[in-house]
Amino acid sequence: MIKKTILLACLVLTINVFAQENVPKNDGVKTISSNYTVVTNAEIHVSPTQVIENGTMVIKDGKIVSIGNNVSIPKNAVVTDLSGKSVYPSFIDLYSTFGVEKPKRSGSNSRTPQYDAEREGHYWNDHIRAEQNAIDKFSYNTKEAEKLIAAGFGVVNTHIEDGIIRGTGTLVALNSEGSNANRILSTKSAQFLGTSKSATSRQSYPNSIMGSFALLRQVNMDAKWYQTGTAKEKDRSLEAFNANKNLVQIIEAGSKMNALRLDKIGDQFNTQYVFVGGGDEYEYIKEIKATNGSFILPVNFPDAYDMENPFLANSVDLADLREWNQKPHNPKILAENNVTFALSTYKLKDAKEFMPNLLKAIEAGLPKDKALAALTTIPAQILGKSNEIGSLQTGAYANFLVTSGDIFDKETTLFQNWVAGTKNELKPLNQKDIRGDYTFNLGNTDYELSIKGKIEKLKSQVKADNKTLGSKISFDEDWMNLTFSTVDTIKQEFIRLVANIENTSAFSGKAIFPNGNESTFFATKKTDSKAADDKNEKDDDDKEAGDDDKNEEKGEKSDKDAVANTDKLFPVTFPNMAYGFETLPKQETILFKNVTVWTNEKEGILKNTDVLIKDGKISKIGQNLSTNNAQVINGEGKHLTSGIIDEHAHIATSSVNESGHNSTAEVTQEDVINPEDISIYRNLAGGVTSIQILHGSANPIGGRSAVIKLKWGESADNLLYKDMPKFIKFALGENVKQSNWGDVETVRFPQTRMGVEQVYTDYFQRAKEYDAKKKSGQTYRKDVEMEVIAEILNKERFISCHSYVQSEINMLMKVAEKFDFNINTFTHILEGYKVADKMKAHGVGGSTFSDWWAYKYEVNDAIPFNAAIMHNAGVTVAINSDDSEMSRRLNQEAAKSVKYGNISEEEAWEFVTLNPAKLLHIDDRVGSIKVGKDADVVLWNDHPMSIYAKAEKTIIDGITYFDIDRDKKLREAIKKEKNELTTLMLQAKNKGLKTKPIEKKEKAHFHCDSEF
Amino acid sequence: MKQLNYKILAFAVLLSSIVIAQQTPASKQTNAISIEGATAHLGNGEVIENSLIMFNNGKFTFVGSANTKIARQGKVMNATGKHLYPGFIAPNSTLGLVEVDAVRASNDADEVGAMNPHIRSLIAYNTESKIIESMRPNGVLMGQITPRGGRISGTSSIVQFDAWNWEDAAIKADDGIHLNWPNPFSRGRWWLGEPSMLKENKNYKKQIEELASYFAESKAYQASNKSPRHLPFEALQGVIEGSKKLYVHVDGERGITDAINFAKNTNIKHIVIVGGYEAHKVSSLLKQNNIPVLLQRVHSEPNNDDDDYDLPFKLANKLVNAGVLVGLENAGGMERMNARNLPFLAGTCAAYGLNKEQALSLITLNTAKILGIDNMVGSLEVGKDATLFISEGDALDMRTNKLEKAYIQGRDISLESHQTELYKRYSNKYKQQ
Repeated sequence: MIKKTILLACLVLTINVFAQENVPKNDGVKTISSNYTVVTNAEIHVSPTQVIENGTMVIKDGKIVSIGNNVSIPKNAVVTDLSGKSVYPSFIDLYSTFGVEKPKRSGSNSRTPQYDAEREGHYWNDHIRAEQNAIDKFSYNTKEAEKLIAAGFGVVNTHIEDGIIRGTGTLVALNSEGSNANRILSTKSAQFLGTSKSATSRQSYPNSIMGSFALLRQVNMDAKWYQTGTAKEKDRSLEAFNANKNLVQIIEAGSKMNALRLDKIGDQFNTQYVFVGGGDEYEYIKEIKATNGSFILPVNFPDAYDMENPFLANSVDLADLREWNQKPHNPKILAENNVTFALSTYKLKDAKEFMPNLLKAIEAGLPKDKALAALTTIPAQILGKSNEIGSLQTGAYANFLVTSGDIFDKETTLFQNWVAGTKNELKPLNQKDIRGDYTFNLGNTDYELSIKGKIEKLKSQVKADNKTLGSKISFDEDWMNLTFSTVDTIKQEFIRLVANIENTSAFSGKAIFPNGNESTFFATKKTDSKAADDKNEKDDDDKEAGDDDKNEEKGEKSDKDAVANTDKLFPVTFPNMAYGFETLPKQETILFKNVTVWTNEKEGILKNTDVLIKDGKISKIGQNLSTNNAQVINGEGKHLTSGIIDEHAHIATSSVNESGHNSTAEVTQEDVINPEDISIYRNLAGGVTSIQILHGSANPIGGRSAVIKLKWGESADNLLYKDMPKFIKFALGENVKQSNWGDVETVRFPQTRMGVEQVYTDYFQRAKEYDAKKKSGQTYRKDVEMEVIAEILNKERFISCHSYVQSEINMLMKVAEKFDFNINTFTHILEGYKVADKMKAHGVGGSTFSDWWAYKYEVNDAIPFNAAIMHNAGVTVAINSDDSEMSRRLNQEAAKSVKYGNISEEEAWEFVTLNPAKLLHIDDRVGSIKVGKDADVVLWNDHPMSIYAKAEKTIIDGITYFDIDRDKKLREAIKKEKNELTTLMLQAKNKGLKTKPIEKKEKAHFHCDSEF
Repeated sequence: MKQLNYKILAFAVLLSSIVIAQQTPASKQTNAISIEGATAHLGNGEVIENSLIMFNNGKFTFVGSANTKIARQGKVMNATGKHLYPGFIAPNSTLGLVEVDAVRASNDADEVGAMNPHIRSLIAYNTESKIIESMRPNGVLMGQITPRGGRISGTSSIVQFDAWNWEDAAIKADDGIHLNWPNPFSRGRWWLGEPSMLKENKNYKKQIEELASYFAESKAYQASNKSPRHLPFEALQGVIEGSKKLYVHVDGERGITDAINFAKNTNIKHIVIVGGYEAHKVSSLLKQNNIPVLLQRVHSEPNNDDDDYDLPFKLANKLVNAGVLVGLENAGGMERMNARNLPFLAGTCAAYGLNKEQALSLITLNTAKILGIDNMVGSLEVGKDATLFISEGDALDMRTNKLEKAYIQGRDISLESHQTELYKRYSNKYKQQ
């Protein structure tokens, strides 16, 4: 029905408005209208903050000519009286793909990886597509437009959602009656960006988010260089990128974490991105606010899980349960924190889900003026189009909505959506309210009719002889149709009434009886019916929620969802998941009394000793220490050690490998730290305080490391070491030559150990030449990869190299020596024992597994005595994990050196504390218990290398991040909260709300072979 | 093709280089041995300080206190201050079936097909595996060699780790059949673009019905004249009659319950739960039905973010306290080379609730009982195989698990390995420099 109405409206208006001056006319005479369109007597919301009561708006050629409550109406005006109605600016969606088909997947079915670009004359990477313009692919989609119009939208900012740089978007008015000649408000409205690859190309790089970030940086640098005119070849992508530089830059971040990461890239190149968010921004609100960026937020709030099956329900994590409760609060929390945001249909399956979801956010506390601003003035302002769209001011497009009242009220009807002065009728404006109780008489029977429900969706009840008869009512364009069963219900016969209702207090019409006879009926409204009506309706609704849900339409269900989960906001913890802190823990002054202290210094193991930590540092070590205001911990029978340091970890990261190139020095783990990895907490429980997050081993030259402290609850940036030592991962052997990647992966150089040497020599040589050119003051193309490798040559960055067999270990040392630097660490180094003397001479450390072997051909000669032999030969030895399970038992792994090779306990302990600190160049700060060092300590209930030992407290910088007693309390709290949320979800289902089946997210478990 | 042949040849050469270093199996015990003064951990929960242990012809002849006035038989060894243990048993293991994970040619663990009860691990068991000899210096002296994959993976056998060939190695051939219970969860097919999440397995019921019907058919076959012969059904005969065990590999609460009901409905007498991550949630049902658990790798991460960080560490304690018979298994990634860490899995169970002797039982007598070999091995008891070792200290703790001697069936086995040889060779290299 709506469709028909719109179509009808269209036909009429097309004739009136859209004749263009310079277009020849061959199907009739030329008619150009100079009439005005006027709406009057409405409550006009000019903007979220300005309302004109009883206002009039004069429109010509799609724009507002004048607006106010004292406006003179031109004589040649078609006037619509909107008494009792409200007018709002229509909505703007800043992130859309309207009318732009998603590019098709590249046709090739080949599984052989492709390393080169498919295009010519463009950037070397196919996923950089700045030269694309949405306008070239744009085709107005009337059907989609209809949905958006019905949802209140008037303008959308569409683009080609494909690639890392996606080119320009186009701002389109949803003017279905117009043509692209007047719909397009801006052909190049913004430049769009994202983090995932283009579907159109199979080019491998980048195959990780880390790589996407690095590529984004390099493009910025290349564009700058290209501008200098020194490039020898044409690059249409870079030309376009430079041309688009002054446009608004909208980037699809998709999550709070990516927004924070991308903001740093923006800062580096003086670009303030507008972020398309993930709806989870509230979890890091402080950091989100600090980006100073504007956000485009989705309202795809999750449905409750169907928790009826307890076995399945068990597997849903607290974080996923909380999300249901918390996400509707996201816009409100951002508003409270003055983060500028627009709202979008992003991630919704259908535009009609928009308003019900938005109402949830409003119910959760989002102020209505902020909601309206997020849909009107803010998107306009982000695009720099405030004069044209987003508010109803003179000169702006006449894009507005006509409603029955408050646009953010559940009961409000949206009657019309005007786009550029063109009316789209959604519901009849003057629908009579025929609700009430009536009586009428047919034959010899008195009937009582009561009409209830929403104006758009009426419900009827017909009674006769104290019987309720089955009935169905419809009312449209003043015509009512009512069908009800006869009093003799056994017969299943029906009486039909049809009436044109002019007057709602009494009306007459035609009755058609089962036998085909017709007669006239006359219905009168009961006088007191209004009050009774209201009450009835309420009772009815309540009842409905209880039992009558099966026949409800989905739309109505989600309406009600608002009630279910917004009442109480469950606390947002740091991180926002199980074992998170409600408030971040604080630095304390702590005095350990009478504890056995493993100093890792010349003092050795001190029994019955006191240790004071203060201001985040180890302040005093001695006997009978006392101090004011310290928390005193009785250490009798317990052991205090410095925190465990894992030289080789892949936890707390969103991405391990960028394997799209054989060298990826340009990528860095710093870009992808994930502070919400439960492994951080579990490692704390194993006494680990610092780790090096290494890139994987997919390529000879991998990415850069992040060296972090496991400060559970802190943001990614706060985990990083201050003045972090610079590291990079190299790798040798089977992984880099892709030996175990399957038969198709045989095209990337190198495929042999012989090739690996040449990769290194090539890159070091080129980096040397690059650095020389840079230092000479000549112009050069800034290349992050070369910069990083030059840092190695300049001894500013250290290599930790994944290595197994002796030949390649020896080779890399020789290559390094040729270029006059040393390898810092061989990690894994399983055949280190075969070349320990050469390692000692070179000055490289060995960070090894305690006892892993036999998983690949190259580890056949790996022996658990490796650590002992290297140590005895004078090499600095560490024992690492490369595994999130083993890392929480590194104390036991160290103990294996006592078994395999008779290393003393004190020295074995240094394998997981002081020695990795030395290898990471942080031994001036951590790795031993020494006055002045960071207070990164662990209190154990037993000898720290005993299999029976447990960490009771793990402290970093004087802050207790793990406490075994707190852990016990948290277990109870988690159970309680999960039960509460489960009950709420079960209630939601009982109320008939939409639920979704349980799907458990699999946790990624990374090793250095992980292909991400 | 020619190139392929070269590749095969190359593999053959590589593999032959893998197997040359095997230790020579020890010869049969000919003289009695008496070990005196050690702390003997019997495996049944008991400890004898200052013990006297004697064995002859491969069997224990005396287990008791050194204060006992009894003639010492044969060679007498003083082990004062040392610890004596029964040999550890690694159940549900693929030792000897795979040498190097990444070398496909060395992998014999997983046969094609869903219903493979007739597939026998024993005949593929490679006694010359370099990984097997590396078990012995840690006290792991026996294992249940188990095929992988499919719905019914095949038939396992129990072996000892010092033998010339699989016939010599066998302690109990074809001891049981291994069934991978259907998962109530299934994973999205990522290659079809589905999210790789777990969700309800819509085929779960059907998969159980398939199993029920397979067992019913098999049972009917046993009663028939068995012509034509049906190899898989014949292999199931022992399980159906109750002479063999059915090892059901299953982790979830729902799956375990369904598996138990399945066994009841199909009249299978002996089932063992293997894995059992959530067995603690149905411990009373397990106890009621007298069903033991070979508990999943203790050194693993909890399945869910919300789980207690130490949940896998304390599962054994929960089950033991509920009265369930528990042994430890170690299947999963890198399971073969890591099987030597079995004692430390038990050690962790002791750190998280059990006493040390209870923890020891998890890898000795309990496992022997579960596998049905406790009449032969699993504890230091007169009449049982003299499969034992002497450790410098507590064998469940890595610092003190240092073996001086180990015996399998009374045979004085080598504690050397490919690894110890390399250790010696390279230690000497640097000494000479």
